[in-house]
Amino acid sequence: MAVATIKQKKKMSKKQKKDALWGLFFVSPFIIGFVIFMLGPMLFSFYGSFTNYNLTSKMDFIGFNNFRRMFNQDELFWKSLYNTGYYVLFNVPLTAIGSVLLAVLLNQQVRGMSVFRTIFYLPAILSGVAVYVLWMQMLSPTSGLVNTILAWIGVQGPAWLFDPQWTKPALILMKLWSVGGAMLLYLATLQNVPTQLYESAEIDGASAFKRFRHITLPLITPIIFYDVVTSTIGAFQIFQEAYVMTESGTNGPANSLLFYNLHMWNKAFVAFDMGYAMAMSMVLFVIVLSLTFVNLKLAPRWVHYGGGRSE
Amino acid sequence: MIENVTSEAEEPAKVIPNKQHFKSRKRQQKINRAISYLLLIGVSIVLLAPLFWMVFTSLKPMEEIVRFPPSFFPETLQWSNYAETIEAFPFFKYAGNTLLITFFVVLGNVVSNSFIAYGFAKISFPGKNLLFSLVLATMMIPGFVTMIPQYILFTRVGWVGTYLPLIVPSFFGSAFNIFLMRQFYLSINDELIEAAQIDGANHLFIWSRLMVPLTKPALITIGITSFNGAWNDFLGPLLYIHDEEMYTLQIGLQSFQNQSTTQWNYLMAGATLVMIPTVLLFFFAQKYFIQGMDLTGGTKG
Repeated sequence: MAVATIKQKKKMSKKQKKDALWGLFFVSPFIIGFVIFMLGPMLFSFYGSFTNYNLTSKMDFIGFNNFRRMFNQDELFWKSLYNTGYYVLFNVPLTAIGSVLLAVLLNQQVRGMSVFRTIFYLPAILSGVAVYVLWMQMLSPTSGLVNTILAWIGVQGPAWLFDPQWTKPALILMKLWSVGGAMLLYLATLQNVPTQLYESAEIDGASAFKRFRHITLPLITPIIFYDVVTSTIGAFQIFQEAYVMTESGTNGPANSLLFYNLHMWNKAFVAFDMGYAMAMSMVLFVIVLSLTFVNLKLAPRWVHYGGGRSE
Repeated sequence: MIENVTSEAEEPAKVIPNKQHFKSRKRQQKINRAISYLLLIGVSIVLLAPLFWMVFTSLKPMEEIVRFPPSFFPETLQWSNYAETIEAFPFFKYAGNTLLITFFVVLGNVVSNSFIAYGFAKISFPGKNLLFSLVLATMMIPGFVTMIPQYILFTRVGWVGTYLPLIVPSFFGSAFNIFLMRQFYLSINDELIEAAQIDGANHLFIWSRLMVPLTKPALITIGITSFNGAWNDFLGPLLYIHDEEMYTLQIGLQSFQNQSTTQWNYLMAGATLVMIPTVLLFFFAQKYFIQGMDLTGGTKG
């Protein structure tokens, strides 16, 4: 008996060894890709941020000069940080609210819901230059649909992308159009809420708002949390919209659309000031990490993990 | 009508409060439903308006667009806008280039993520959980942090100006898709694999012959979302493709936009043409788009 178990054990460990090799074989593309396209580049960036690298000739170690320049001399750096902060501050909560509202609207027992769901979701899958060009026309001061509709109700619309005060609101408005992606996440959660909860609350005389506030909202806080974390990271990286809608990255009127990544892009691929741009990328990394950290720290204050859901 | 009135009149007195309560509740429900529909339809109109506006503008002559106030529906349908756009863009050439890149990106994503996730879901090896946490952690790293050194790397190996920087990385898996595939694998019973192993099959065989057919829905989901991603990718081509002959639709449209700043009819025709494949794909495969969003993946079947 004892011999048999020992044999068994030996056999198992042999199988385990074999399995380990197979496991590594299967995940090896990820490991290789991670080293080549992420870890390696990030280490290079880290070193490069302390140099004056310009892609062609020089790469001298210059200590903290890039960072000193960034914080003390580069006014556009602070401008870009302000613009990005402004955008994140409005974009993240507004899209979260918008997607929750749309999800609540879709989570009703009425006929034709799948048609409405398709319509609500459609803008979210559209992306890229076509969408930006479409919105450049929508926001055109004289011939655009937005100002045309505002004119119908007697409001003189702003010049949107041509007025430094309105460029960022214009982008925020455009982004609200595609809240459908996050909406689906909320909807999936809402559909798991037992309807008896709402029914009994209704019998107790709770108004629609109260039912939302005390039943729906607590149940979706984990998804709101996930949404806020990912969309903060996403919003902080706004680039394409500003690049296309300011006609190849000319920063918009009065630099009002110079976002962080656009500034980094200009430094790296227009001025070829690679060392400086890599220093900016390191600062971006630290900012995004700290935002995520803050979100994680704040989470226990408002995120409810219900006991009923095992996952 | 008359019958209704009489039957109500004949109703015993004691039932009345109950019935009234029921009636008012029913009326309330009707009103609620009407409000719901009103809101749903209202929001739908707001969300669809930009798309209709795009198509309508693409069919208008320029005089009609710049007229104030502009018309919503086109008064004259100028279909020639499309013919002229296709030629000036040039649409089909760029569509071909985009399709070529997209094909390889989809292939790379489907194969690599299916392969990698199998290792994470079905084989136990030391350090697996730690490595999987690393996969998840990479989701939090902003793309712009690695973009510059990646560009330097691709410059060094001489890939700038080719499609390789756009295609090759997709063969090494992406965090979200690995996560999605792994969830799907976890819903498949391990006994199947154990049985195959007893029959002498190795993991490569099990993955390619047993798992790939079983995970088809997840593979389609990844295929479709990565098609959408590659088709609409702007940053990659902008960074790596400088030869106009090699342009994709996205940078083609952007340079078209730079050339014809406020020729809205042509620009909207161009935007419509670029969006059509995505919209068609969405209508035919909406289910997969939604699964691609779902964090719990295939666990619900």
